[in-house]
Amino acid sequence: MTTTTTPATPTATQASPLERFRVPGAFLLGAVLLLGVAPLALSDFRLNLLAKYLCYAIVAVGVSLAWGRGGLLVLGQGVFFGLGGYAMAMHLKLADAAATGQTLPDFMQLYGTGDALPWWWRPFANPAFALAMTVLLPMTVAALLGFFVFRRRVKGAYFAILSQALAAAFAIWLVGQQATTGGTNGLTDIQGFFGYDLDDPVNQRMVYLVIAAALLLLMAAARQLFVSRYGELLVAARDSEERVRFLGYNPANVKLVAYVVAAGMAGLAGALFVPAVGIISPALIGIVPSIGFVIGAAVGGRASLVGAVLGAIAVAWTQSTLSDAYPAAWTYLQGLLFVLAVGFLPGGLASLTTVLRRGRRTPAPTTGGTA
Amino acid sequence: MTVVLNQSFTGISIGAVLLLIALGLTLTFGQMGVINMAHGEFIMAGAYTTYVLQQSVSSAGVSLLVALPLAFLVAGTMGALLEWLLIRRLYTRPLDTLLVTWGVSLMLQQLARDVFGAPNVQTTAPDVLTGHIGVGGGITLANNRLFILGLALLCVLALTLILRLTPLGRRIRAVVQNRDLAEVSGIATGRVDRTTFFIGSGLAGVAGVALTLVGPIGPTMGTNYIVDAFLVVVVGGIAQLKGSVITAFALGVLQSVLEYSTTVSVAKVVVLVAIVVFLQWRPQGLYTLRTRSLA
Repeated sequence: MTTTTTPATPTATQASPLERFRVPGAFLLGAVLLLGVAPLALSDFRLNLLAKYLCYAIVAVGVSLAWGRGGLLVLGQGVFFGLGGYAMAMHLKLADAAATGQTLPDFMQLYGTGDALPWWWRPFANPAFALAMTVLLPMTVAALLGFFVFRRRVKGAYFAILSQALAAAFAIWLVGQQATTGGTNGLTDIQGFFGYDLDDPVNQRMVYLVIAAALLLLMAAARQLFVSRYGELLVAARDSEERVRFLGYNPANVKLVAYVVAAGMAGLAGALFVPAVGIISPALIGIVPSIGFVIGAAVGGRASLVGAVLGAIAVAWTQSTLSDAYPAAWTYLQGLLFVLAVGFLPGGLASLTTVLRRGRRTPAPTTGGTA
Repeated sequence: MTVVLNQSFTGISIGAVLLLIALGLTLTFGQMGVINMAHGEFIMAGAYTTYVLQQSVSSAGVSLLVALPLAFLVAGTMGALLEWLLIRRLYTRPLDTLLVTWGVSLMLQQLARDVFGAPNVQTTAPDVLTGHIGVGGGITLANNRLFILGLALLCVLALTLILRLTPLGRRIRAVVQNRDLAEVSGIATGRVDRTTFFIGSGLAGVAGVALTLVGPIGPTMGTNYIVDAFLVVVVGGIAQLKGSVITAFALGVLQSVLEYSTTVSVAKVVVLVAIVVFLQWRPQGLYTLRTRSLA
């Protein structure tokens, strides 16, 4: 994060002299809270929960970019979260197995063919390869789908449905490959993280710090992207694709970059989720969780980076506190939150102050694809 | 050969189910651009209507016949209510309708869980529909599948006739082609929207009745079909019934043939890839209305 900020985009608040200091100031405050206060103030258990929420917040950074700025309703983020998570979990399972002198992960010895590691598992024994794949794999899949979809100007709603169908197909495929992916159970019971024992609370705190630092870094990067020339182009492509085309840009490429970057962020979030929670399974990445990734951003405010991130954390927190005690009540509340936030406060909670001050609804941040 | 034919028939019957579900979506998604995720829950409402009816009407055949119009009414009313309460506020933001109706679908699923319990329930099919017909050469056609096929085709026929021949259908088509021009021509577009939504959602209810013949009834039954049904509409092209008809059967047969030669999960992935490839050739779907809009 640099100290000077370029003029804000038309959708961001107008840059005033105060604004120059407010953004880095807020960023520093967030860094102090996440990296300093939270590890000191929270118990091991709660810190671990927060680590999980921060993973969802990382996905929300990408959602804010692709959906909030680009108008691309990304309903299949679960795929990318899952690809990142599985890439990481595959490496960790192999490392766990190697530590106990086995060649196969435990579930393969139970359900698998039992003799050899599948060829596509082998490279994941290499930590550098696995780490690279957590980001590159989701980005490649997003680039492929995005290229074909945006190139032919497939409409906004069509894109949302296709990305959702991808999430459904991926989850079904994972369930079907019991022998090599762990099927419905997924990859569970992960013990170590690059040589550190995950049962040790000290190492869990380390994982938390890595996740918090990643979130802060990605927010800073996204912020720079938003105020850059590209950020303006993305908003322009969302609001008037034809005019952007007439000006000599290719809106397909502009959208593709946003989609691919968002996918990479979701992949990284999935990879960090695995050591924090110790499991990745199809139930975490199917249609329902994929839409769940969007809920937080919608409630907090899709167009506002901080709003989306705080919304994701708040919704995840509400979910885990309410869903254990009152599972039925939580489902009703989740539905209601969605209806109210999207239907009546399209800017999310981030726009609440503006709405109250002006006494009227702010112009809806367009979701694009109206044509 | 026998296997291929049997598999094709399975595909056609999958297609018939898809078609029944997609018909309503073609209307609501096609006409209004509304992506109604609660469509799956209207299916569920139709299925539970059949279930409730069967608790009081002992004859399975009679209850099925009564269930068809009743489920249409129940689901249709739910749809019209949804349109009146929420969707009409969102016509300028089509993608947001997806999220709002998803919220509604979550609540409806939970409501079903609270009222009918989480476990799946079952209805008894009338005796006529339990057997199957052999047409020679080892090929058999299950009666319930044939019934669904007939029902789907009947619904297509009825909908086509309504859209082509009645004043209501003329108004619906006018609103689809040019909403503003229809409005200034004196058509109450708001009322047309609500009627269209009633019919579209009602068709979901009919699909729900049909689904009780082939599977269990449960709170999440709608979710299983909704994505596939949307894909049918996307590939078929909006606002055109024939697109949905062709696509539903094509996808059904493709799915079932692939399932036979590979596995269910691989078939899903291949079908999705096929759809993306198809959209390269026809990005707006198989059939689409010609308009002068640039997009």
